[in-house]
Amino acid sequence: MSEAVIKQRRRFNFRGSLCMPYAVFMALFVVFPLVLIFYYAFTDAKGKFTFNNWGTIFTDVTNWKVIGVTFIIAAITTVLCVLIAYPIAYLLSNKKYNSNKVLVYIFLLPMWINFVIRTIGLKALINGLTKWMFGFDLTATYPYVAIVIGMVYDYLPFAILPLYNQMLKMDKNQIEAAADLGANPFQVFTRTIIPMTIPGIVSACTMTFMPTMSSYVIANKMSENTTKIIGNIIEFWFGSSSSPNKYNVGSVLSLVMLMIIGISILIEKSISSKDDSRKVGIW
Amino acid sequence: MKQNMTAEQVNAALSRKRAWGKAQKILANVFIYFVLLLMYAPLIYITVFSFTTHKTAGEWSGFSFQNYTTLFDSGNQIAINIWSAAGNTALVAIVSATLSTVLGTLGAIGIYYLRKKWMKNTMDFVTQIPVVNAEIVTAVSLCVLFVILASVFKIERNFGTLVIGHIVLSIPYVVMSVKPKLEQMDPALYEAAMDLGATQTQALWKVIIPDIVPGILSGFLLSITLSLDDYVITAFTKPTVGGFNTISTYVDAVTKKAGLPTQLRAFTAILFAVILIVMIVMNVRSNINAKKLVKKEKNKND
Repeated sequence: MSEAVIKQRRRFNFRGSLCMPYAVFMALFVVFPLVLIFYYAFTDAKGKFTFNNWGTIFTDVTNWKVIGVTFIIAAITTVLCVLIAYPIAYLLSNKKYNSNKVLVYIFLLPMWINFVIRTIGLKALINGLTKWMFGFDLTATYPYVAIVIGMVYDYLPFAILPLYNQMLKMDKNQIEAAADLGANPFQVFTRTIIPMTIPGIVSACTMTFMPTMSSYVIANKMSENTTKIIGNIIEFWFGSSSSPNKYNVGSVLSLVMLMIIGISILIEKSISSKDDSRKVGIW
Repeated sequence: MKQNMTAEQVNAALSRKRAWGKAQKILANVFIYFVLLLMYAPLIYITVFSFTTHKTAGEWSGFSFQNYTTLFDSGNQIAINIWSAAGNTALVAIVSATLSTVLGTLGAIGIYYLRKKWMKNTMDFVTQIPVVNAEIVTAVSLCVLFVILASVFKIERNFGTLVIGHIVLSIPYVVMSVKPKLEQMDPALYEAAMDLGATQTQALWKVIIPDIVPGILSGFLLSITLSLDDYVITAFTKPTVGGFNTISTYVDAVTKKAGLPTQLRAFTAILFAVILIVMIVMNVRSNINAKKLVKKEKNKND
């Protein structure tokens, strides 16, 4: 091949250039909108710089309460999801208990039916049950309990999948070795299985914690519209609010959520890097 | 201690161990199927009450197929709404998943072969944004963009903006499913094709694409799944005029004050039946495949 052709090929990276449309799309519809949110949070409807939007949100005590409630609901949901998903993922990934790979998909299949329908179905079902057993509607009497049940129900598959993937990668020899060396089942679990699956636990947590905070539809349906989470307030400001600054005030809360997400990613990163060092430390 | 055991003791210990193993397996299966039952319980509940016409699910007023006949009655307003919402949902899912797959696959190939490290890192970072970002933040940020578009160019939110929203939702997953397949590919193949006289485009179509088809397919399926199940992004990017609804926004709207309309119960039951059939077919196919594999192994060993 002539030198000129090679040179030309070097200069123009054909395969690399294929990502141009993707880059343009992401810049326009992912990066730019976030920049807009940032800009809106610090300006008023006329485009003047101001901190008033932050005041509007944070001088309102009910907003603080909603943020607190959202955190608690999200945390409880996450813990429950991981506690239920962990043994399921373990059993599904273990050939001794489950030789059928399709079973994993069966856990994911309900996702093909819209989650709003599933949530309504769940609501009707648990209300039917509590009415029959205790004589009241759970969603009306204990809305927080109902919301947590609804969230756990909807996000369980999201917790199972990363845990399952992590457990497939688990080194089974290590578990057997620990048992052979005299560890009792409890020790095997805490000393080998848990450390090996920490990355999976972390990603299961993020996969449930973040969406829980924004899924206001589940909160609406499971509490008969009586309980609000952060998502509801954002939805109010971008939707039915009649304030002239509504997008600006709503942007503040979106920015707050972005910050929460940023912090949790930092935590996630620090946990997974610590985990790497621990892996070396075992031996 | 073990050396002192008699043969009978050893046998007894072994059979105890076997029995314990069996019991464990049964317990494990009971647990798995119990959780599965809980996951499917709301759908089963809706299906059962799709065969009665009482307004509230949970009250039984005699067995009938009336919900199904009204669901397919072209004069019934609720049925019309359900089918139009279902059509919209399917259309958005297919269009957005297709575009997302094309853009995302090209994107993944491009990112993988970028020569400058910082460009690669930036693109990887941007790809992660919609994944880690809360859906509602993605949705409102797009909403702000479209509101500005509406005020500057007089373009109201329409089907296109909805599709864009769904592409944003699913495109990172396409990139993430294609990427590992690119990493598994033999880099020499592309060079070989070029040396044998293929143009860059030919090499792309005949060497790279066929190798990453599984990744592309799983990206497409994931996109469809995400699009079908989405509510938040749909609510903020859907057309503002004409009462446009997808299944999720429609169901949300009609259940604000009342329960699930009876026709919707029938609709859900049909969807559920389809899913069950898919499930059974998948199960049977995997069993057949497993048997084939066993046979192959046997033949190899002979």
